[in-house]
Amino acid sequence: MSNLLDLIVAGLATGAIYALVAVGFTLLWQTSQTINFAQGEFVMLPAFLMLAVMHLGAPFWLAVLVGVLLSALLLGLAFKMLLVDPMLRHGVLPLAIATMALAIGIKEAVKQFFSAEASPFPSIVPAGDISVLGRAISLQSLGVLAVAILAVVGLTMLLNRTSLGHQMQAAAQNPTVARIIGVPVERMILLTFLINAVLVALASLLITPIYLAKFSSGEVLGQAAFIAAIVGGFNQVRGAIAGGLLIGVVDNLAAAYISTQYRAAVPMLLLILMILFRPQGLLGRAEERTV
Amino acid sequence: MRSIVLAGLCSAVLLSGAAYAQSGAPIKIANVAELSGGGATVGNNWKNGIDLAVEEINAKGGILGRKIEVSHADSQSNPGVARAQVQKALDGEPYVLLGPGYSGSVKVTAPLAAEAGITQIMGGEAAELTQAGNKFLFRTSFGQQSSMPKVAKYINDELKAKSVAVVWVNNDFGRGGRDVITKEFNRLGIKVAADLSTEAGQADFAADVSKIKAAAPDAVFIYVNEEESARILKEIKRQGVTAPLIGETTLVGQKVIELAGDAANGARGHVGLTTDAPVEAVKAFRDRFVKKYNYVPDHNGLKGYLAIYMVKATTEKMGKVDSKAFADTLHGLTIKTSTEPNILMDVTFDQNGDIDRQGFLVEVVEGKQVVKQVLPKLN
Repeated sequence: MSNLLDLIVAGLATGAIYALVAVGFTLLWQTSQTINFAQGEFVMLPAFLMLAVMHLGAPFWLAVLVGVLLSALLLGLAFKMLLVDPMLRHGVLPLAIATMALAIGIKEAVKQFFSAEASPFPSIVPAGDISVLGRAISLQSLGVLAVAILAVVGLTMLLNRTSLGHQMQAAAQNPTVARIIGVPVERMILLTFLINAVLVALASLLITPIYLAKFSSGEVLGQAAFIAAIVGGFNQVRGAIAGGLLIGVVDNLAAAYISTQYRAAVPMLLLILMILFRPQGLLGRAEERTV
Repeated sequence: MRSIVLAGLCSAVLLSGAAYAQSGAPIKIANVAELSGGGATVGNNWKNGIDLAVEEINAKGGILGRKIEVSHADSQSNPGVARAQVQKALDGEPYVLLGPGYSGSVKVTAPLAAEAGITQIMGGEAAELTQAGNKFLFRTSFGQQSSMPKVAKYINDELKAKSVAVVWVNNDFGRGGRDVITKEFNRLGIKVAADLSTEAGQADFAADVSKIKAAAPDAVFIYVNEEESARILKEIKRQGVTAPLIGETTLVGQKVIELAGDAANGARGHVGLTTDAPVEAVKAFRDRFVKKYNYVPDHNGLKGYLAIYMVKATTEKMGKVDSKAFADTLHGLTIKTSTEPNILMDVTFDQNGDIDRQGFLVEVVEGKQVVKQVLPKLN
């Protein structure tokens, strides 16, 4: 039983990171019909940007700050202007394929300019345990969970409680009407790209101390987050959160109770079942778009 | 008459020139290693060790007056790619083939080199590699059949462990090590409390470490590659497992220490080669390597370096550059530091291509490998 609790806590911590990445997936889909297959590489890259800044002699906090800003610039602004805008007019599929190419490009560039080897990455949460109900729970797990939950709560509040959030929702639901009532739709779409870039930078900051900084680490993350978004409901932020947490826990339980070899197949199986029996996902709504 | 003498002189000059070109042509050596992918740490250390040795030898005039020319090909840590790269390398008719480092890649490439009659000096450690009757395959480090009994003995005699969790990577290297050590545990009456197979490139070890915790063993034996070693050590620290952690070179290597940070402290392992060995020649090698590459190599750097000096010593023993006679000469050869100082420690190669050399038991203390015991050469 205690083992089960450990597995669930560790799974929730990983799942919270998947949730951050999956939320980005749904945001981009909602506002610009972008299925970003480079989302995993988007999580891998900020860690390397931060490491590069640290190599120049900057302290960790400054590297994080610069890394997040560079992510917003490269993975938000430049991604939208240089890839999404020119490709989207040709349809969803060409854009999806272009993001696959981008994923390979980012991965190979990191391999070429940084290293093919893994690098250590400092943790924002100190190592150690705290006692919760008589059980030692890792501070890192709790820290990761807390930061991810805070980010998601903050985003949900932004979307539901602020005028800016309402404008973003309007731009996603019906861009034509939103334009008529004076919502700056283009700016709202750009904002979702910037939010996605910050979310992936945050995910990078949380996951890299555990997974290590490596050019290939985005593959697993991108796949897990994509499955999480579909399972949770691709058209709902809350769906992506639920999907992320669920995939994190299911993956851990599968590794512990089924087998490590087949662990990757279990979320896939969940994905297939969901597509067959509940295509809109756990919390998604059929044929509706909203952020 | 004069014209005949002149023609004769010209021919003599031309012929001697051709002969000079033949004897002075560089010795071509092909290296196929894991320069990217999961084994990038292994392959890049191995490659850098090779390059350093080649640079040193060429600076002193080469082997028997001929310079060495090494080509490097990337196996991408993938046995299929390794096989294609080795075939391509063999088509270039190298004097000797170096690499790969991963046992799985060695397993699929060794028949190609044997068929071509080219000696392959590799980094793989799986026990089965040198037990298949291949007369052209040579190790640069101990095989599992030599190292695992020593690790099991240490766990039994020094740690007095009665139960051990075994964590291994599900590839030829990991499976080979797991098979040999569990056999040794059975022989010594040590119970395997958990037998955990993990995947190469695995990022998340939370579930595996939870299982270790639940099994509550007296010690944990970890036999996975370097990057995965670092990840599991971090997770073990994160989940507060306090049982002693024992492994082989891949648990206590420099790269693991760099990646795992504090989490590597306390890990112990048997290493055939370490740059922290209390051997002056090894320390001098380490200094030269650090000066050239600006980082401390792991055992793979040493393996690559030694592979080139194996080529040098064997060729000098033959007194000629003869790829066909190379393997026969190396079988049964003892290379002593008194004749070849850069072989670093006396080493003997048996008829299977396995090596006999002194080894070390090390512990990671405050981010450094500390040699706790020197295990002497057997013969």
